Amino acid sequence: MERRVSVKVQRYASNGLPPRIEQYEVPQKEGMTILDALMFIKENLDGSLAFRASCRMGICGSCAMFVNGYPYLACHTQIHEIGKQELIIKPLPNFPVVKDLVVDLSSLFDRHRTVLPYLIRSEEPDDTRPIVQRPDELEAFLKFSYCIKCGICVSGCPTCASDPTFLGPQALAQAWRYSADNRDEGFAKRKESLDRPHGVWNCHLAGACSEACPKGVDPALGIQRLKRALIASYFGLFRKRKATLGPPVSWEAAPPEGAPRPPERTVTPEDTSLSGD
Amino acid sequence: MAIPLKARPVQNDLGIVGWGWAGRYGLERYLYTLHRLTGLGVLFYLVLHIFATSTRIFGEPAWKATMGFLHHPAFRFGEYLVFAGFVFHALNGVRLIFQELGYLLGKPTPPVFPYSYGLRDFRPVAFLVVVLAVVGAFVAFCDMFLV
Repeated sequence: MERRVSVKVQRYASNGLPPRIEQYEVPQKEGMTILDALMFIKENLDGSLAFRASCRMGICGSCAMFVNGYPYLACHTQIHEIGKQELIIKPLPNFPVVKDLVVDLSSLFDRHRTVLPYLIRSEEPDDTRPIVQRPDELEAFLKFSYCIKCGICVSGCPTCASDPTFLGPQALAQAWRYSADNRDEGFAKRKESLDRPHGVWNCHLAGACSEACPKGVDPALGIQRLKRALIASYFGLFRKRKATLGPPVSWEAAPPEGAPRPPERTVTPEDTSLSGD
Repeated sequence: MAIPLKARPVQNDLGIVGWGWAGRYGLERYLYTLHRLTGLGVLFYLVLHIFATSTRIFGEPAWKATMGFLHHPAFRFGEYLVFAGFVFHALNGVRLIFQELGYLLGKPTPPVFPYSYGLRDFRPVAFLVVVLAVVGAFVAFCDMFLV
C-alpha cells in the first residue's frame, strides 16, 4: 500500500486577505525531503504554490521554512525525520511574507552589511607574501564561516521576535567570524556597529539560534565571545595574535622538487572559441 | 560612522507572544522568558514594597490599615511567588553572567556533523539552575505555609 503524507501549507498572497491553510496529499517515497513534497505539489497538484529553493543540498540557504513548530531547511530534512504523517508548513517567522512560503530576507542582508563582514587590513595586500595561519587560528573562526544566511537563527531568536531593529544572531555571529580571524585588523571599526542600541548587548542568550542552525554555526557562542572581546577592548585588553607574513613567493620560479603539478593541458586555446580572438 | 539600523516590517513577527511559545526549542530559550518574567516580578514587588512602606508617612492608622490589607492570604502567596522568582532569577543570573562572557560555552570546534553547540554541551549547568531553584522554592513553601 502506498504511504501518503498530508501536507498543510500556509498560503498568503499579500492581497489583504488573511493567511489560510491548504491541505495536499502527497505520496511519500523513501528518502523524500520536505522540498521534494513541495515540488510534487507544485508540479502535480497546485502550480500556484510559491516557495524558494535553489541548490537542493543545504548550501544556498533559500528553502528555510517552519515545519511542525521548528525551522528547517526543506532540502536538508527528510519527511521521516519529522516523525509525523502530517506536515504543517509555514513561512519562517520574524520575516515579512512575500507570498506563501517566500519571505523577504532583505533585512537579514542589510544587517549583515552593517557589521562590515570582510577582512579589514591596514596594509595593501602583497601577492608575493602570503599570510600564514596556524590550524588553531583557523579553528577560532572556521565554524562561524559556515553561515549560509538562511535566516533560521533570526526566526528562532526571541529578541528578534519583539525587537525589529535588533541586529540579530546572523549578523553578530558574522561580526565575530571576522573579528576572530587573526588576519583581520578591523575590530575597532566594526565595534561602532555592534556597541550601540539594538546591537550586541540586546542578545540575552536564549540559544535558539545555535540550536536550530542547520550548518552547526553556533551563533550564540560567537556572540558571547564578541561581548567578551568588546568588554576587554574597553580596558585595552583585547589582543589577538597578529597574522604573520610567510616567506616571499615568486610566481615565476619553478615549483620545489616533489610539489604537485597542475594537470597537463588537454585543450589548447586555439581549439576553443575562448581563444581571445 | 556605523551604518544606521532600519526596523524591518513586523508583518510576520512573533512579537512578545514568541517569548512564550515559538516552537520546539530547548530549555535555555524558555529560561530566557522565565528570567524576564521573574525580573519583572521582582521589580513590581520593589515598587509595591516602597508604596506599602511609604504609607507610614500618613500616620499609624494608615500603616495598620495597609498591613491588615497585606496580610490577606493572596498577598502571602504573592510574596512566596516573588521569593521563588527571586531565587530562580539570582541563580540563572549567575549562569548568564558567566555564559554571556563566553565562559561555560566551550571553544569553537570544527563544524563536523553531528554538529555540537556550546549551550547544549553545557546544558547540565542550566539543569542545575532549575533544580536549585525548585529546591529553593520548595524550602520556602515549607517554611511559609507548612511549618
